[in-house]
Amino acid sequence: MAEQRKRKPMIGLQTDGDVDWSEYRGVMVVVEQRAGQAKPVSWQLLGEASRLAKKLEAPLMALVIGSDVHHLAQEAIYHGADKVYLCDSLELGPYRTRPYSRVCLHVIRTYKPEIVLMGATYTGRDLAGAIATHLPTGLTADSTQLDVDEDRLLLASRPAFSEKMLATILCKQFKPQMATARAGVFEALPRDESREGEIITVAPQMSVDEIATDVLEFLEAADRVNLEEAEIIVAGGRGLGGPAGFAVLEELAHELGGVVGASRAVVDVGWIGHEHQVGQTGATVRPKLYFAIGISGAVQHVVGMQNSGCIVAINKDPEAPIMKISDYAIVGDLFQIVPAITKAVRERKAAGWAPSPFSATRQEQPVPAGQ
Amino acid sequence: MLHIVVCIKQVPDSREIRIDPKTNTLIRQGVPAIVNYFDLHGLEEALRIKDEHGARVTVVTMGPPSAEKALKLCVSMGADEGVLVSDRAFAGADTLATSYVVALTVQKAEQEWGPVDLVFCGKQTLDGDTGQVGPGVACRLDIEQLTYVEKVEHLDPKTREIIVHRHLEDGVERVKAKLPVLITALTELNEPRRASLPGVIRGTRYQPVVWTTNDFEDIDRSKIGLRGSPTIVSKTWVPDPRAVNTKVLEDESTDAAANHLLDELLATDLPQKLGWVKEAVSVG
Ligand SMILES: Cc1cc2nc3c(=O)[nH]c(=O)nc-3n(C[C@H](O)[C@H](O)[C@H](O)COP(=O)(O)OP(=O)(O)OC[C@H]3O[C@@H](n4cnc5c(N)ncnc54)[C@H](O)[C@@H]3O)c2cc1C
Ligand SMILES: Nc1ncnc2c1ncn2[C@@H]1O[C@H](COP(=O)(O)O)[C@@H](O)[C@H]1O
Repeated sequence: MAEQRKRKPMIGLQTDGDVDWSEYRGVMVVVEQRAGQAKPVSWQLLGEASRLAKKLEAPLMALVIGSDVHHLAQEAIYHGADKVYLCDSLELGPYRTRPYSRVCLHVIRTYKPEIVLMGATYTGRDLAGAIATHLPTGLTADSTQLDVDEDRLLLASRPAFSEKMLATILCKQFKPQMATARAGVFEALPRDESREGEIITVAPQMSVDEIATDVLEFLEAADRVNLEEAEIIVAGGRGLGGPAGFAVLEELAHELGGVVGASRAVVDVGWIGHEHQVGQTGATVRPKLYFAIGISGAVQHVVGMQNSGCIVAINKDPEAPIMKISDYAIVGDLFQIVPAITKAVRERKAAGWAPSPFSATRQEQPVPAGQ
Repeated sequence: MLHIVVCIKQVPDSREIRIDPKTNTLIRQGVPAIVNYFDLHGLEEALRIKDEHGARVTVVTMGPPSAEKALKLCVSMGADEGVLVSDRAFAGADTLATSYVVALTVQKAEQEWGPVDLVFCGKQTLDGDTGQVGPGVACRLDIEQLTYVEKVEHLDPKTREIIVHRHLEDGVERVKAKLPVLITALTELNEPRRASLPGVIRGTRYQPVVWTTNDFEDIDRSKIGLRGSPTIVSKTWVPDPRAVNTKVLEDESTDAAANHLLDELLATDLPQKLGWVKEAVSVG
């Protein structure tokens, strides 16, 4: 079998011999896109990578692969890249592991970045795993903290043991040092159209007839619950009393442009689908704003949402553990409080998010009697 | 007949691991060892293909001698053979070194029992949690990888065509490929079966095939175990519990509390981060 012959020598992959690792300089971010639209995580990684590149006094590079994606190379510069490698070709339209990884390998071997970062998305993980094996090099998955030390080592930290611990991973032996990093963790730089950079075009590394997989179609799931990338999550628990309680949450989520989350307790009893579950056995989330409504705050729930930017807890029990890890806590009946918040949000939005005249904190000066 | 290899790993059920609050270390005692549950979905899919088209299912794992139990379970569910690749020299392997040994094992299984048409891995492990071994194995075997598969729509052993549904953040991708391929399994793929009574008996009696480094002729010892693993864990720690100064909003009325909350939120940098700031907000 032809395949057999081809397959055998691949297993070890590593080319032997000495390599001069000191030639490897700079930080590279692989930009992920679909249909010419970049994933937010790409710009977030460029933001963090620019910090690392400054510390290393080395260039910040981006790699854009796709079909009709020239504009993304420009966007990458606006988001901080000094140099963008662009591989734009028709057959690179839908993501496929081999043609994409061959381009990455070519760029990495030719331009020699010391660090390569990609989003810890389905596509990013698929691609990173292939590239790291080929190079070969060490790859840290799912990082949530990145830094470099004085020896130019990448310190990539990631959750371990179901989010209960963090571990810092190093790769001393090979270059580039690779990591995938989670969406929503790092901040993108403000888009700056005055930024200038260099765009270097790269040729595809596989011909169309060498590509053996075929993406037949992409079925967009408009209603897919995307907790991992949500900026606002309105989550409910057993305090909702039944499936109907989620209607109240949905209204608030809708008003805020957020996504509905849930504790396992309510998923287990079938009040809402499993795809909404936050926590150790559900999604690990990092929204900017998280509402925990009628959720007690069991540790298995908390590990999945403790890295939210701001947490608001609404619970009738002032002693509920969720209150201690929340930035704001309102004690009371959720069926009264949540509709009141929804109403207030509506009013504020109508007023362009200006402070409300009814606002409690605005009444600083006591109104003299009789006036 | 199709030959399917399923890669499994025995893992501590990390969902049950707790942190000792005094020492800040992991309490591993009493944590059960299970077959990584994503891998069971890979096995189930292999068994379904076996039921439908007829296939030989070989389960492989690299691990300590105790992982024999995991293989016995797989055989009781319906796998034909279980291979334990076990050697002290493999200890301390990261994903790069693991994929090397697993790929060698698939290759050797191919020599023993015929060419491999399909390889199943789990989406990720509960302990390693990387999802990197699957792509690594595919890469070393030089076969296509179809990751994060939630459905096998079509498989024709004659034309050797396979169509799967890949799960992505924003939708589903239907992908067609030619065998041989490596698939990584999601839990959505299927519901793993329970072993039948005859299956349990077979599993209990079954003695897995055991291979050590000496069974692999051309193994490169610099690529296995700790030595073959470029990543180093330099530090682990238990993150501090979220350090916050909780503001309890104690207002007279519900409306006052709701507005109080919004005032608080609007005073932070959230409006900017969330794009709530509109020109309507007057400056000064
Ligand atoms: C191995 C394992 C894994 C797990 N994984 C997860 C996971 O991934 N995610 C997860 O969430 N859980 C998980 N759990 C379950 C977890 O331990 C808790 O059981 C669960 O989180 C509790 O859900 P809850 O807060 O909705 O319910 P409860 O603990 O019952 O809390 C309900 C809260 O609602 C409040 N309340 C009631 N009525 C009202 C009202 N009218 N207004 C305001 N407040 C009200 C109550 O005061 C209470 O605090 C896991 C458990 C195990 C053993
Ligand atoms: N030691 C091992 N032996 C066999 N298969 C493994 C091993 N480690 C990982 N795998 C396979 O690779 C998948 C991904 O593992 P990981 O990259 O560790 O998350 C698992 O679900 C298994 O199918």
